[in-house]
Amino acid sequence: MTKSIMIVGVGGQGSLLASTLLGKLLVTEGYDVKVSEVHGMSQRGGSVVTYVRFGEKVYSPIIEKGAADCIISFEKLEAARWVEYLKDGGVIITNTQQIDPMPVVIGAAKYPAEILSELSQKVEVDALDALTLANEAGSSRAVNIVLMGRLARQLDIPYEKWEEALKMVVKPKFVDINLKAFALGYNYSK
Amino acid sequence: MKELLIGNAAVARGLYEAGCSIISSYPGTPSTEITEFAAKYDEIYCEWAPNEKVAMEVAFGASVRGKRTCCCMKHVGLNVAADPLFTLSYTGVNGGLVICVADDPGMHSSQNEQDSRHYAQASKVPMLEPSDSKEALEFTKLAFELSEEFDTPVFIRMCTRVAHSQSIVETTDRAEIEDKPYEKNPQKFIMVPANAKLRHPVVEQRTLNLTAYAETAEINREEYAEGAEFGIITSGTCYQYVKEVFGDSVSVLKLGMIHPMPVERIKNFASKVKKLYIVEELDGIIETHVKNLGIECTGKEMFTNIGELSQLSIATAFGLDEPSFASIDTNVPGRPPVMCAGCPHRGMYYTLAKNKITVLGDIGCYTLGAMPPLNALDTTLCMGASVSGLHGYNKAGGKETEGKTVCVIGDSTFMHSGITGLVNISYNASNSTVIILDNSITGMTGHQQNPTTGYNIKGDPAAKIDLETLCKAVGINRVRVVDPYNLKECDEALKEELSAEEPSVIISRRPCILLKSVKVKPALVVSKEDCKSCKMCMKLGCPAISMHDGKADIDPTLCVGCDVCTQLCKFDAIKKVGEC
Repeated sequence: MTKSIMIVGVGGQGSLLASTLLGKLLVTEGYDVKVSEVHGMSQRGGSVVTYVRFGEKVYSPIIEKGAADCIISFEKLEAARWVEYLKDGGVIITNTQQIDPMPVVIGAAKYPAEILSELSQKVEVDALDALTLANEAGSSRAVNIVLMGRLARQLDIPYEKWEEALKMVVKPKFVDINLKAFALGYNYSK
Repeated sequence: MKELLIGNAAVARGLYEAGCSIISSYPGTPSTEITEFAAKYDEIYCEWAPNEKVAMEVAFGASVRGKRTCCCMKHVGLNVAADPLFTLSYTGVNGGLVICVADDPGMHSSQNEQDSRHYAQASKVPMLEPSDSKEALEFTKLAFELSEEFDTPVFIRMCTRVAHSQSIVETTDRAEIEDKPYEKNPQKFIMVPANAKLRHPVVEQRTLNLTAYAETAEINREEYAEGAEFGIITSGTCYQYVKEVFGDSVSVLKLGMIHPMPVERIKNFASKVKKLYIVEELDGIIETHVKNLGIECTGKEMFTNIGELSQLSIATAFGLDEPSFASIDTNVPGRPPVMCAGCPHRGMYYTLAKNKITVLGDIGCYTLGAMPPLNALDTTLCMGASVSGLHGYNKAGGKETEGKTVCVIGDSTFMHSGITGLVNISYNASNSTVIILDNSITGMTGHQQNPTTGYNIKGDPAAKIDLETLCKAVGINRVRVVDPYNLKECDEALKEELSAEEPSVIISRRPCILLKSVKVKPALVVSKEDCKSCKMCMKLGCPAISMHDGKADIDPTLCVGCDVCTQLCKFDAIKKVGEC
C-alpha cells in the first residue's frame, strides 16, 4: 500500500531538508520512494509543496486531491490551502505560525483569523507552535525538524532510525540542536 | 549503489557514467540542476555559456574534436539553439553528442508550454524520454551509444515532474571512453549547399534506420495484461500516471524513444487490444503518428493538450470515481511569489512606477515587478526581448514614447541576448533608455554565475565582462551606474536619461540580497508614535512590511535593513534598532 505525505509551506522555510530527511530514511527502510517538488519561480516566498510517496512500488511522483495520508504544514494558512488533498481519515500536522502573503500585506485580502478552528471541525488537525519549540531547541530554523518529530508519531518507523537519518542529513555542528528539536516535536503534548 | 536522486541529478550521473567530458549549458528551470550536478564531477569540464545557441555550438565543436559532450537547456532555450540544431542534424557527430531539453507543462516557471517533441520531428533528431530517475540515468547512457552508432545528436527530453522528482537509481562506475580521432571531413562538416545536399539523404536514411531500431529496442516496452479491456500507448511521466491508475490491469506500450516511433510494433500492439488510447501530455504527437498509420485510437479528444496530466485527470477521463475530500468555506488568500525583502530591484521598480513609466520587461526574478503593488511592467516575451522590443516601441511611438518608456533586463539575460538588441538601438538610432538590473548573478534559477560576475561555474575566478565598457563599445555614449537602494539617485538618473537626446544605459547595480557574500544590516523598526498610517512604505511591496492595528510594522525575521522604505517615510517613523 502506497503512503502519501505532503510537506507544504512558504518558500524559504526549509521544507527541502525535511523532504531530504524523510526520503533518506524511507530508502534506508527498504521502501520504493518518490519525492517531488517544483523549483524556480514558486520558491520566491510563494506557496511551496513537496510530495513524498513510499511503499512497495510507487508510480506517480505527485499527490492529488483526496489522496494524502498526512499533510505537514509549516504555516497554518498553507494547511488550509491544501486541505482538499487530504484523504478521508488523514491528518494535518501544522505549525501555528502565521506568515502574511503579499495580498494580505498590501491589504487586498484578509488573513482568515479562525482558520485553524475551521480546519479542526472538518479534519483531524495536530497543531503545534513549532517555532517556539525550535527556539527552545536552539534555532528558529529547526521548525522543519520539530515538525518531522511530530510526523514520526504517524509512521511506523523506530525512533532511533529517525535519529540515524537525521545525523546523516544535517551538518555535524547542528546535530544536537536538531535531535533536540526532533524530540520536542515528538514528545509535545497539549 | 542505490541512491535517491532527482531526475536532473540522474541525468548528470548518466553523463558521468557514459564518459561525457564536456558540458556547456545555459541555466533554465527545470533543466538547471543537470549541469550543476555534473559540475561536481572533476572528470567533466562544465561551463555556463552566455546562451543556449552558444552552448550547443560548443558541444558541436567538442564532438567534432572527438569527445563525448552534452548541452542542457529548458524548452524555450531550444528555440535559441534551433539554428545550430537543424544543421547539426545534417553534420552528425564524431564524439557522442546529447542534448538535454526540459519541458515545463503547466508552466511552473516558464512563459509558455511548448512541446519540444516537435523539434525532434522537425530537426529529424532522435529523442528519448525517461519516466523516472532510473530511466533518466540509463537513457542518458544509451543516448551516447545511439549518437555514435547512428551518427546523430540525440535528445533527452525531460519534463518538470521527471526533472524534479527523486526516485531510486542504481549507480555504477564511469566508462573509460577514448577520444575519437578527428579527421578533416569537409563533406560531413562544412554545410555549404553542395555538401548539405549530400547530407540530407543521409539524414532521411538515418531516420529509417532508427525506426528499424525502434521496432526492437528495449526502451520501447509492451506490458500486456491478460483479458484487458483496452490498451494504452504512452511515454514519460504519463506512463507513471497510467500505471498509478490501472496498475497491471490494462495493456501498455511504453515508448522510451519518442522520435522516431516504431511502425510495425504499434500496429502489432493495436491488433492485440480491443480499444486503443493514447495518453500524452501537451500535443498529440504519438496520436498523430498512430492515426497516420491508419489505426483507430482515442487521444486528445479525451485528454487536454493544455497543462499537465495526472493520475486524477486520467482516471476522471476514464470515468473512474474521484476520491472524496474535505473542503473549507473560507476563502484562502493566494500566496504568489514575491521579490525578496531587500531585493535590489525594488528601488528601481518603485522609481519607475512612481514616474508612470512604460516598462518593457524581460525574463528573470525581476519579472515579479509585474505583481501588485508595483505593477511596474508592461510586457514580457522572451529572453532579450525587452531591449529589442523597446527599440520597436520607440520607432513606432517616436517622441511621444521615447521620454517615458524604458526596458529592464538582468545582467545574465543581457549577456544572453540583450546585447544584440542594444547593438540595434545604437546602429538604427532610437532614442531609447535601457536599464540593466545588475544583481551580479543569475537569480531566478538559483544563483548561477555568468560572464559579468567574475566567477565560473566552479566558483573559480574568471574573466569579468565590464558592462559599462561593453555598452560604450557598441556605441552608447551615455552609460551610468546607480545604486537602486538610493531612490533619489534612481529618480535623477531616470529623468535625465529619459530627457537626453540620444540612447542611454542605466546600470542599476547591487548584488542579490540572497548571495552569501552580501552582508545584511540589522532589521529596521517602526516607531508607532511617529507612524501616521500614510502607507507610503506599503507601496514598495516589501514582504517585510505590513500594517498591524493601523500602523506599519516590520517583520524582524525578514527585514535586511536596506533602508529603501526609510527614504519614503515623510515622518521618520522607520528607524534603526535602538533609535526608538
